[in-house]
Amino acid sequence: MKNEDFLRLVVVGHVDHGKSTLLGRLLSDTGSLPDGKLESVKAYCKSNSRPFEYAFLLDALKNEQAQGITIDAARIHFQTKKRDYLIIDAPGHIEFLKNMITGASRAESAILLIDAKEGVMENSKRHGYLLSMLGIKQILVCINKMDLVDHSEKRYEEVKQEYSNFLKEIGIKPKGFIPISAFEGDNIAEKSKKMDWYKGTTVLDFLDSFEKSKASFEKPFRMPLQDIYKFTDKGDDRRVFAGKIETGKINVGDEIVFLPSNKTSKIKTIESFNTPVMDSALSGESIGFTLEEQIYVKRGEVICKKTEKMCQSSSLIKANIFWMSHSPLTKDKTYYLKVGTDKVKMRLRSIERIIDATSLDSNNKEQVERHDVAECILELNDPLAFDLAKDIEELGRFVIVDEYLISGGGIITANMDKRASKIQKQLLLREEKWEKSSVTFEERSVRFAQKPCMVLITGEKEYDKKPLGKMVERELFDHGRNVYYVGMSNIVSGLNIDIKKNSSEHVRRLGEIANLMIKSGTLIIATASDLTYEDIQMLKMIVGEDEIKVIKISSENGASDLLLKPDMDMKENTIAILEYLRDERIIFLP
Amino acid sequence: MDRLDQLEAQAIYILREAYANFDNLAMLWSIGKDSTVLLWLARKAFFGHVPITLAHIDTHYKIPEMIEYRDNLARKWNLNMVYGENTDALNDKQTFPDGNVDRIQCCRNLKTEALKNTLSGAWKRYRMNHETGKYDVDNNKEPYTGVIVGLRADEEGSRSKERYFSPRNKENDWNLDDQPPELWNQFNTDFAPGTHIRIHPILDWTELDIWKYIERENIPTVSLYYDQGEGRRYRSLGCYPCTTPVESTAKNVAEIIAELESGKFSKIAERSGRAQDKDDGGGLETLRREGYM
Repeated sequence: MKNEDFLRLVVVGHVDHGKSTLLGRLLSDTGSLPDGKLESVKAYCKSNSRPFEYAFLLDALKNEQAQGITIDAARIHFQTKKRDYLIIDAPGHIEFLKNMITGASRAESAILLIDAKEGVMENSKRHGYLLSMLGIKQILVCINKMDLVDHSEKRYEEVKQEYSNFLKEIGIKPKGFIPISAFEGDNIAEKSKKMDWYKGTTVLDFLDSFEKSKASFEKPFRMPLQDIYKFTDKGDDRRVFAGKIETGKINVGDEIVFLPSNKTSKIKTIESFNTPVMDSALSGESIGFTLEEQIYVKRGEVICKKTEKMCQSSSLIKANIFWMSHSPLTKDKTYYLKVGTDKVKMRLRSIERIIDATSLDSNNKEQVERHDVAECILELNDPLAFDLAKDIEELGRFVIVDEYLISGGGIITANMDKRASKIQKQLLLREEKWEKSSVTFEERSVRFAQKPCMVLITGEKEYDKKPLGKMVERELFDHGRNVYYVGMSNIVSGLNIDIKKNSSEHVRRLGEIANLMIKSGTLIIATASDLTYEDIQMLKMIVGEDEIKVIKISSENGASDLLLKPDMDMKENTIAILEYLRDERIIFLP
Repeated sequence: MDRLDQLEAQAIYILREAYANFDNLAMLWSIGKDSTVLLWLARKAFFGHVPITLAHIDTHYKIPEMIEYRDNLARKWNLNMVYGENTDALNDKQTFPDGNVDRIQCCRNLKTEALKNTLSGAWKRYRMNHETGKYDVDNNKEPYTGVIVGLRADEEGSRSKERYFSPRNKENDWNLDDQPPELWNQFNTDFAPGTHIRIHPILDWTELDIWKYIERENIPTVSLYYDQGEGRRYRSLGCYPCTTPVESTAKNVAEIIAELESGKFSKIAERSGRAQDKDDGGGLETLRREGYM
């Protein structure tokens, strides 16, 4: 086995256009079948009075043979003179689109099959569209069942032309077209004598000309933090930051930044088990490292290098989404979005357009339904670190979880919060220049039995939040906490005297004040009306998403950590807030 | 990175995802080469430690050397070792070697049922006490919500359809026709109450990858895999009444790799020595749907 060179290949196309037959043929013609397999399938067909087909070789499962369609993306190995292939046979039936996508998302290259007789069908187009969205760049189009059209060059050219035009519209240039008959083995391993008008290569030779995906270590460094390990109970005092490097390379001594928290540190050692000591690591490797300076960060953050272009952070993004679940993607529901190792709450803000993958027409809908491809604006509950898919696809693609299951996937096409990138630059500088205290966060935390943070009470203007904020402050103070109530007016007429009334700079300064007070160990209760979604997200960036709890008093539902009703009395709301703070371990028993 | 490096990095990534997402996580260790490689990969993922419970289903028909090897490594690597069994079926002699049931029913009793009830905590679990070196009844009866399994897609048909993270419903059923999608490196790590997720970190490995990795990492394996001078060795390990060795003179890992590379077995299924596969129509499909690994 040629270890260094192995290619993941997916075979897609409309139902019954011959995927399983092609695969059966590839396995058989490359001598990759186990002994007895061919015979046992033939025997099965005989005992069930069915003509033998190569497709049955793959259909190892009984219910598949019953239905005659490939249900899932099966993995199969075969080899040519040049290299090994891990081949993924993806089902063509629309019912099983999610299985096709599952298979295709892992592939580096694709064969797309079109039936010469039937021509370009709905899923020929949809699959072509999805391949491009999944990021597959090496595509071979095989026009199959040439035996059913008398091996006609004219028919081949017709189908080729029609499909090329479609691909051109969505910006895909396939690597090539080949006329084949998988059933009869024409142009698969051997050149066909029945189509001497075709001057190109066979499928196997064509596959061997595909290149392995380009090394991603030349891109800027990205490693989503998977976990932080400290196995002290096993006598190991290392604090190891673990993850898989998606792109770029890293060396001992490199200065790194965690996003979206903007925390910085320096690589002390690269850790591994049963290998020689490492002083650098490359994309693709699952590694761990220790840091010079101990900082508090958490799973989901993306590690970048200070000297390179870093990823963005924002909570408002534009994305292309494909939806795979029976229940539609709607605006009134909260989902989870997963990028890298991060997982954030997400809501659909708006649908820009729904694209019909087969006609490329847009149409207006209020929700994204199963098998739709849509351009949407998504709002996230917390800032997310990401790249645009066109820059670094590894950090620009995501899945959406509805209830318990992955229901959609997509790619990020734009950062819609223009303020966020400016704030991020300021924060990077702030973190770099920050004079760290000689007293640690933990020491302060223990002294007052509280996790210093900002409790932001916001919501409808009609409800006066100030007395509630002060009552919470009083309760906490009487129980020995270090707490302070800040009203917006405390800042507006003092620190902010120099800025205009409606400027978002008010909110930014509230955030910076809160950040200083949190660092001093104080629990801050703040009240503010009419904060926009973007304002709250900016506060989260400035003080850190874990250091802020948003309590909303509103008769409507909306994104918040705790939602209170305006018709409850102040005493009840105070009790609810204190209970919440205990549950979240913001305050605890000394 | 070569192929083994890539496979290793992916398996470690999956193991760490499992560890980060599941509080009650168990890894099935059959003592065979695949799940032992998996165990080794866990040591790699967690920098020499194994912070995951190792669960073994003891059918009491395993070749005795396997149990000895299990306990030796558990002591040496300080593993959280747990085993479970179908005590009733063993006492009532509802087994194939006792002649009371067929092979498939025996697998169902001693493996599938024992596994299901060990994972759910319904039946007794036995945990190794590292101070005495013996097994005590485990007080932890919590169900395992994440179960890491060392199965490989190339072993037989139904396994080639698996996902890396595969949700199973309350009855342990595998809803093959309607599996949720799994894109790129994003997995289904959420699960409804009462359900669990099976996790397959070495799904893309082949038999040859396994042996090359064992060689590269110098991983200890049971001697049953090697010819002891009688011209026979086991290629796949199971219960002794239902497992037959293959003809081979390979006496060590290097010779097994050479044998596999020579193509000697390229046309013989790896599990051809496992009699239950044949009795289940060659696909193992009935057993696997019911929860067999």
